[in-house]
Amino acid sequence: MAELNTGGKQMPRVDLTPMVDLAFLLITFFMLTTTLAKPHAMDVAMPDKDKENKEDQLEVADNRTMTILLGANDKAEYYMGQLEKPLEGPTVTDFSKNGIRPVLLKKLKDVQAATGKSLIVIIRPSDKSNYRNLVDIMDEMKIVNATQYMIGDIGTAEVELLKRDGIY
Amino acid sequence: MPKIKVKRASTTIDMTAMCDVSFLLLTFFILTATARQPDPLPVDTPASTVQIKVPDANLGTITVGDNGKMFFGVAGPNVRVRMLERMSEKYSVGFSQKEKERFALMEGFGVPFGNLKQIIAMDNAARNKPGLQPGIPSDSVGNNPSELHEWIIAARYATKEINNAEMRVAIKGDAKEQYPAIKKVIDILQGQKINKFSLVTNLRTENYAE
Repeated sequence: MAELNTGGKQMPRVDLTPMVDLAFLLITFFMLTTTLAKPHAMDVAMPDKDKENKEDQLEVADNRTMTILLGANDKAEYYMGQLEKPLEGPTVTDFSKNGIRPVLLKKLKDVQAATGKSLIVIIRPSDKSNYRNLVDIMDEMKIVNATQYMIGDIGTAEVELLKRDGIY
Repeated sequence: MPKIKVKRASTTIDMTAMCDVSFLLLTFFILTATARQPDPLPVDTPASTVQIKVPDANLGTITVGDNGKMFFGVAGPNVRVRMLERMSEKYSVGFSQKEKERFALMEGFGVPFGNLKQIIAMDNAARNKPGLQPGIPSDSVGNNPSELHEWIIAARYATKEINNAEMRVAIKGDAKEQYPAIKKVIDILQGQKINKFSLVTNLRTENYAE
């Protein structure tokens, strides 16, 4: 004969596993949203703009300066030295890993070897470039460890150059 | 003859203690989490490899997005009230105590000063409807500096007065925003001799810096 367990003295037990599951899910959610939601900040220092004497431009050696023009369609163009008689370029490139970065790395090394001073990069965003391009190029400066760079205004001659190369 | 009892280890574990701990942690995280207000102007910030986080306090954020609309917000309710008081003196528009309290809870706003009262009177959901707020005027009118310029100055003074610290400025731009809009903001900042500011970015997920 089958035994019937009729002893009603047992404590009612609740299985707490799903509750623990839920609690840990919520913990994970709150932990991730509190710490990871914070955006990151890229610090930018602009050269002091003096409204009184705009002509007071800093003179730097041609062989140390590299100008990067930011054009339309996520393209950039760079040249060494002055626009009228560039020592190298102008060459059209982009912001990807294999675009401007190898050039920057090479130039940093070359200029350091040739002059003993670091490369100066001037970034001139055109009106057709967007904010992502600016952040990309600033990021690139951080990645290649370029210490001397500045954001400048673009001139008409440079816009003409971008137009000629079809990125304006 | 007595039966031989084979003791079987039970496979169920008592979950009570674990449950206690997890709920304790859960409570802790819920209480410490700051409720995030929805942004009045949602922007898609570009990615970068920078690891530095945006500070919490003493920060003014200029949001640029949706074809050059500018929104402004400053951290800290007290600072916001003080900023509003300064602006109301400047433009001689009075605000009631209730309006100031409501303004203190607004994370950011993007309306010309004349429409500010309307926006303050709205509730949160209506206020953050996309396309409702046209942005703060950023063009100077005659010899007067732009409203955005005035707001930033007011926020800087208010931060200095209340927290006794310099306000940091962060620009939070949409990735697709054209450069002239960003340039306008930078020019306004440089007009007040702020040459150092931050650009808000996302973290790049792929291994980009290799």
